[in-house]
Amino acid sequence: MLSYAVGGESTVGKTKLTPEEMSTKLDEALTHYEGQGQKALMSALQEAQEIYGYLPLPVQKRVAKTLNISVAEVYGVVSFYSFFSLKPKGEYIFNVCLGTACYVKGAQKILERIEDNLGIKAGDVTADRKFSISACRCVGACGLAPVILVNDDVYGRLTPEEIPGIIAKYKEA
Amino acid sequence: MDKVNLTIDGVKVSVPPQLTVLEAARRAGIKIPTLCYLRGISVSGSCRVCLVEVEKARSLAAACVMPVSEGMVVHTNSPLVRETRKSVLEMMLSDHNRECLTCVRNRNCELQTLADEYAIRDITFKGEKAKSVYDDKSFSIVRDGSKCIKCGRCVAACNKQSIGVLSFLNRGFETSIGPAFDVSMADAPCVYCGQCIVACPVGALFEKEETEDVWAAIADPDKHVVFQTAPAVRAAIGEEFGLPIGTRTTGKMFAAIRRLGADKVYDTNFGADLTIIEEGHELISRIKDGGVLPMITSCSPGWVRFCEFYYPEFIPNLSSCKSPHQMEGAIIKTYYAEKFNIAPEKIFVVSVMPCTSKKTESSREEHRNPQGLRDVDVVLTTREFARMIREAGINFTALPDETPDMDLLGEYTGAGVIFGATGGVMEAALRTVADILEDKDLPDFEYETVRGVAYDVKEAEVEIAGTKHKVAIAHSTAGARKLLDAIKDGSAPNYSFIEIMGCSGGCVCGGGQPIVPSQTLMDIDLRTERAKALYEEDVIMPERKSHKNHDVMKLYKEFLGEPNGHLAHELLHTHYSAKEIYPDNLVSE
Ligand code: SF4
Ligand code: SF4
Ligand code: SF4
Ligand code: FES
Ligand code: FES
Repeated sequence: MLSYAVGGESTVGKTKLTPEEMSTKLDEALTHYEGQGQKALMSALQEAQEIYGYLPLPVQKRVAKTLNISVAEVYGVVSFYSFFSLKPKGEYIFNVCLGTACYVKGAQKILERIEDNLGIKAGDVTADRKFSISACRCVGACGLAPVILVNDDVYGRLTPEEIPGIIAKYKEA
Repeated sequence: MDKVNLTIDGVKVSVPPQLTVLEAARRAGIKIPTLCYLRGISVSGSCRVCLVEVEKARSLAAACVMPVSEGMVVHTNSPLVRETRKSVLEMMLSDHNRECLTCVRNRNCELQTLADEYAIRDITFKGEKAKSVYDDKSFSIVRDGSKCIKCGRCVAACNKQSIGVLSFLNRGFETSIGPAFDVSMADAPCVYCGQCIVACPVGALFEKEETEDVWAAIADPDKHVVFQTAPAVRAAIGEEFGLPIGTRTTGKMFAAIRRLGADKVYDTNFGADLTIIEEGHELISRIKDGGVLPMITSCSPGWVRFCEFYYPEFIPNLSSCKSPHQMEGAIIKTYYAEKFNIAPEKIFVVSVMPCTSKKTESSREEHRNPQGLRDVDVVLTTREFARMIREAGINFTALPDETPDMDLLGEYTGAGVIFGATGGVMEAALRTVADILEDKDLPDFEYETVRGVAYDVKEAEVEIAGTKHKVAIAHSTAGARKLLDAIKDGSAPNYSFIEIMGCSGGCVCGGGQPIVPSQTLMDIDLRTERAKALYEEDVIMPERKSHKNHDVMKLYKEFLGEPNGHLAHELLHTHYSAKEIYPDNLVSE
């Protein structure tokens, strides 16, 4: 196993915003989009997701109201693009690369092992919101295949057997 | 104006430059098939069924979005065109739940028609079908995703209503149509106008069917079944039996109900006349006593729901009157029950309506009488009524003309009839209010200015008893939005009275009416054609003002007392409440 922290700094223990802080930040972000309609939808949603980490119904309603479009239209776009998420992310996001290189090197087995170990499926979050799993396309580290990212930490040349150890590390964190 | 000359299938045509190839071909009598196109509503160019060959163009073009140009040479029927259309259809059918025999749109389905026309015998694309939603939780609208061909006509129809409940969801093979978070129609901020249903070319959207409940009531010897039919039904039901659009079939409609086995046949026009008396007096007292103005009509449940969801600040403006069929139901279960000595709980009231929203309306808790009985037990759409007639083996077109039962609630006036068209309630109300305020039988009572469909918001000024009143009429919820926004931002004058109907054209084009193929809709304005039938009936009625309905007057004298009086309020009026759009707790994370 190879392990890196991208950008030099691990995200372990990063502070989170309170719901009130998130709400205020969203208000600030949305002021630029008042009445702008469909054309501003993508950027408004991106900003909202940056704040909340995902796009729950109340947030989509606020975006719809600000832009003066229907909630269904907002949801249509959110459900179209895989980079928008409808579910909250865990404190630690296990991002499993399913790009071609990783795939041929057994990424599917790695994913299954993570799913079994955490008891959730890709796209879901654990009840305590500590962990979530998502799958992604090539992360540009094919030389290290198969690769997973846990927040900004990269693990490469993985075998399924190494998964429990990695998870345990974050459970303690 | 300059014309553009082009050749379609060897025929030279000369048309205005803003036309599409589809429209130009139509004028030349050449039929190009369509599926996602719906005139005035949906022009997306997405289904590719209308592909044609344009000489010198690199690929086939979608005729519904291709503008005409000078010298263009078009082939709509070349081997390449036919082959391509065929594969487009096969592709569509491969992911379609092809159970035509048990489908609500069997024999009136645009996809089925095309499969027939293009002689599709074998579907070569095989493979897994996308999973789909079946949603029948609401009282009004059922969604069957397995029948959906993703043409987007419903999305466009709902957007045209300025509501936007439906959207394309997800992507690729998993694309579907639905409200936000794919919640049920029961939980969506949908007004149940059914405009999505009449826009759908296939059986993916339809009304919640309740014909079985009606058959059961008819078969039950303990039940006394009373039918009533809305004005708009007579203007359209003939279409279900092959009669030309706009044929008025009032007499056959009553005859059919009798042959279905109803114990009593009435007309909601009676309820409409009653509504005018109640609403007219409400308006007069609001004007005299400084009540909330403008007063807005409340007979369209699609509009009422729209108000509750999207413009709750106008709830105080809504007339407290129930809609005509609800009033009539309430009277049947009290006055009628008493007169004929029938226990109210044994009476089963069936309303045949052009409307899908009325199904939800009649289930509202507020629409129960003091004993907890529903005013109306079942609302059938015009389409469901037609299905019952067929199922009973009745030869509709051969029926004699009959009348309602002229024994207590059978009489109606021309004013009641025109309720079914936009401007009709306004005109009916003006006929009565003017007579009351001027205290005479005014000879000029045809208010032409409030009629017609040229604008979705109409305005008129009427002088009654020396005072000028401004009134407005909106049809379609988009028209309502336009009008209410103008009132909110102060750009509209001070109206006294407003009529709003949820559907464009009024009830004649309600979401429960017969579904007309999109190709036919290219040539006619359905709203005008159907409305003609109603205005035709208005002029032949012996009485044309609601306050001249003898049965209604008798009802006040013998039972209700004063208009807007205590009993009238208890039975004929209701209240409304703001509704929240997608409550936060609707979806769990
Ligand atoms: S939607 Fe049309 S083609 Fe499909 S099953 Fe129904 S009738 Fe047949
Ligand atoms: S019933 Fe009316 S409001 Fe509801 S989805 Fe259909 S068109 Fe939209
Ligand atoms: S529900 Fe009907 S109108 Fe809507 S996209 Fe599907 S097939 Fe088209
Ligand atoms: S395929 Fe996984 S990093 Fe490129
Ligand atoms: S693309 Fe023209 S009708 Fe669908």
